[in-house]
Amino acid sequence: MEILMSIVIGILFTCAVYLMLSKSLLRIIIGTGLLSHGAHLLLLTMSGLKTGAAPVLTEGITNYTDPLPQALVLTAIVISFGVTAFFLVLAYRAYQELGTDNMEKMRGTESHD
Amino acid sequence: MSLLHLAIVLPFLSAVFIPFLFKGLRNIHTGWFVLLVPLALFIYFIQYMPLTRDGQTVTRTLEWIPSLGINFIAHVDGLGLLFAMLITGIGALVVLYSIYYLAKEKEALHNFYVYLLMFMGAMLGVVLSDNLIVLYMFWEFTSISSFLLIGYWYDRERSRYGAQKSMLITVFGGLSMLGGIVLLYIMGGTFSIQELIGMSSGFMTDPLFVPALLLILLGAFTKSAQFPFHIWLPDAMEAPTPVSAYLHSATMVKAGIYLVARMSPVFAESELWLWLVAGFGIFTLFWGSFNAVKQTDLKAILAFSTISQLGLIMSLLGLGAAALHFDQLDDNVYMIATIAAVFHLINHATFKGSLFMMAGIVDHETGTRDIRKLGGLVNLMPITFTIAIIGCFSMAGLPPFNGFLSKEMFLTGMISVFELDIFNLSTWGVLFPVLAWIASVFTFVYSIKLVFKTFLGKPQFEKLPKKPHEAPVGMLISPLILVALVIVFGFFPNLLSNSMIKPAVESILPSLVDAGQTVKVDIYFWHGFTPELFMTIGIILTGIVLYSTLAKWESIYNRIPHRFTLNGLYDGGLSRSETGGYRLTNGVMTGFMRTYLVYIFSFFTAILLSTLLITDGFSIDTSNLAEIRSYEVILGLVLVSAAVTILFAKSRLTSIISLGAVGYSVALFFVLFRAPDLALTQLVIETVSVALFLLCFYHLPEISRKEERMKFRLGNAVLSITVGLTMTLIAISSFSSRSFESISQYHIDNVYELAAGGNMVNVILVDFRGFDTLFEICVLGIASFGIYAMVRFRGVGRENE
Repeated sequence: MEILMSIVIGILFTCAVYLMLSKSLLRIIIGTGLLSHGAHLLLLTMSGLKTGAAPVLTEGITNYTDPLPQALVLTAIVISFGVTAFFLVLAYRAYQELGTDNMEKMRGTESHD
Repeated sequence: MSLLHLAIVLPFLSAVFIPFLFKGLRNIHTGWFVLLVPLALFIYFIQYMPLTRDGQTVTRTLEWIPSLGINFIAHVDGLGLLFAMLITGIGALVVLYSIYYLAKEKEALHNFYVYLLMFMGAMLGVVLSDNLIVLYMFWEFTSISSFLLIGYWYDRERSRYGAQKSMLITVFGGLSMLGGIVLLYIMGGTFSIQELIGMSSGFMTDPLFVPALLLILLGAFTKSAQFPFHIWLPDAMEAPTPVSAYLHSATMVKAGIYLVARMSPVFAESELWLWLVAGFGIFTLFWGSFNAVKQTDLKAILAFSTISQLGLIMSLLGLGAAALHFDQLDDNVYMIATIAAVFHLINHATFKGSLFMMAGIVDHETGTRDIRKLGGLVNLMPITFTIAIIGCFSMAGLPPFNGFLSKEMFLTGMISVFELDIFNLSTWGVLFPVLAWIASVFTFVYSIKLVFKTFLGKPQFEKLPKKPHEAPVGMLISPLILVALVIVFGFFPNLLSNSMIKPAVESILPSLVDAGQTVKVDIYFWHGFTPELFMTIGIILTGIVLYSTLAKWESIYNRIPHRFTLNGLYDGGLSRSETGGYRLTNGVMTGFMRTYLVYIFSFFTAILLSTLLITDGFSIDTSNLAEIRSYEVILGLVLVSAAVTILFAKSRLTSIISLGAVGYSVALFFVLFRAPDLALTQLVIETVSVALFLLCFYHLPEISRKEERMKFRLGNAVLSITVGLTMTLIAISSFSSRSFESISQYHIDNVYELAAGGNMVNVILVDFRGFDTLFEICVLGIASFGIYAMVRFRGVGRENE
């Protein structure tokens, strides 16, 4: 199962990188979103996907899935959400001010050189 | 801190007061106060002469960074004292000269004297330091103060060019020297020159010996303007004439000579040292004198002459190293080479200093230094003419001046190469006397040209900017003292021999003294009908013939196009490195984010994949895998197809919805992998994120709303597939090579006993690892404040523009 997940994660990374290399700002943000999904799944996969009970203490069960990576992923989700939200509003403001979402056109004016 | 240390740093300390004296006492020329410093130091250093004459040395230590072996060790021996007396003695004369040369109303005197004192202190530090790092520190101080002095008239373009050129070349050499010093430290374990000399016999076989030798020589050659690094010296002539007289004839350019002489005991056993020092010296001698003939500016002639004479001293020091290989002989002829080097060093300082001052007087009183405009000044400036003719005849090596004596000794040293049967010198060594003789002919020609074209010949006063007249007395004092020394040393050379030359030679060749040989310095005026005498007669006759036919052969100098001259190469190299650097950054820094991402991802994959390959790190271990279930396969297919859909989506709406689909499938994965809290969070957050994406989508500007499919680019595709592949390979191999078990069992065991909770993930978040959560809250807080600020404060920057 882990090998399968590794391949899925690899495909997610491929799509993310391809999107990040594009011209449109929105696609770049979508790319970062995919990238963080890939990273979260990778975290979970690397700790092993052996089946066990959900990590909530229950009478009579000793075999739980690993709770530590889940805590790490939860933190990562929240942080990546904060960053993505910031990034999106930044892009939205950039549209408003510059009137473009084309990265090729976003270059400092001559005076900034 | 001893008195000796105080003497070395006295110029630095007194430089602090110069600006106050200049601003406070405007009626008195600041130079008068400055004059006291070198005078006092000169008198102070005289008291060491009896000590060094008896072969004693004085060492005083001041701890600076003892833990690194860097201490300010002042060491006075014959060589150091000789230089210290040159520096302070000529320093005093130059300051006196500058008082009359620079007007107190027009010039920024406080700058001038601060730089000059800084230079004087730095030079004293160079010649009296025993610790190589301290020596290097003072060495760079001389480079910096020389830079400041060359650029003294900083509103002139040529001054700035000359200052920059000398800075680049000498600092390049200085840094190489630092490398050599570090290598010496690695070999010997000490920075002290005296200790290094003591253990030098073991260095010859060390693999670092040759690099250290080359780097130290690079420093010495750049500072002393040896071929091909001599090009900075003619351009340094833009400095005020007192500076040229002091730095660029008597002191700073001799720092390289000093270094070679000082390091001789460490390196001189090697063949490489002898060949490099003597070879570069003799070629510099030839090249400098050959080029001096074509110059038309008085100071340019003197600059090339300095280059040539420095080459002469350098070649003598190189041949003097051969003395070490003949220490069984009683009558060591190669010791004469070293004696000649030291003697000529003193002589050159006297006559070249006076000649520079003479050039300054001519410039000051006529308004030009161009010898094509000068001529016939002998009747108007008889004293200056006397100074010039004595200085030039001494430089040309004519009797009865001191230049004659050292030139004879130089020829003796060069002829003795024939008797030398080591290091292949018996074959190629023939070049030494031949080049020396040719160079002496050219030296004769330019010396005669210098004095005849300036003072004799047809007067052409109408071309001069000023009406010429004799210089004021004060200006003449210093050059007169120097030419008086030229004559005194010429008639009574043995005044110097025991007091100055012998101790200096003993410091350069200490191993000979230890072996029981005595340095016999006995300079004769007349030594019979020797080959040297006939060579001198030949030099004079050929020189006269060449000078009288100068107009016929002068055109050979124009045969070399500017591009192939050393200056042309330097200028071209500098501008090419500038344009090359500009082109490189322009090519690499495109300003497009995509380019930088391509760099980052390419290096990332290249490094990771090559590491994986080189260390043979890829492995698959199937023993520990979880079983594959159909739910997860289906969900994986959904996730992959949703992700791929984004790539091919025509409209942006499709891509956003696909991204949402990816997010929800990830949430479903969390469900399948038994992570309820994750699934919950992921669902909520994905919903909010998609809403935000739609907000952005809605606000797209009209112009670019034209929806189009992403254009396929092969390069991007290859790169992204490589990144994905790298991640997969690394993920598989790292999962397959686990080296220890997880620490999670602790959390599982203690979640209730220690933390009184049942939900392990939540307990880890708020109890076991609560700090993470605290700062994750901070991140969210900052993001929300940032978003608020971006939305709220708008247009502020635009108003300011």
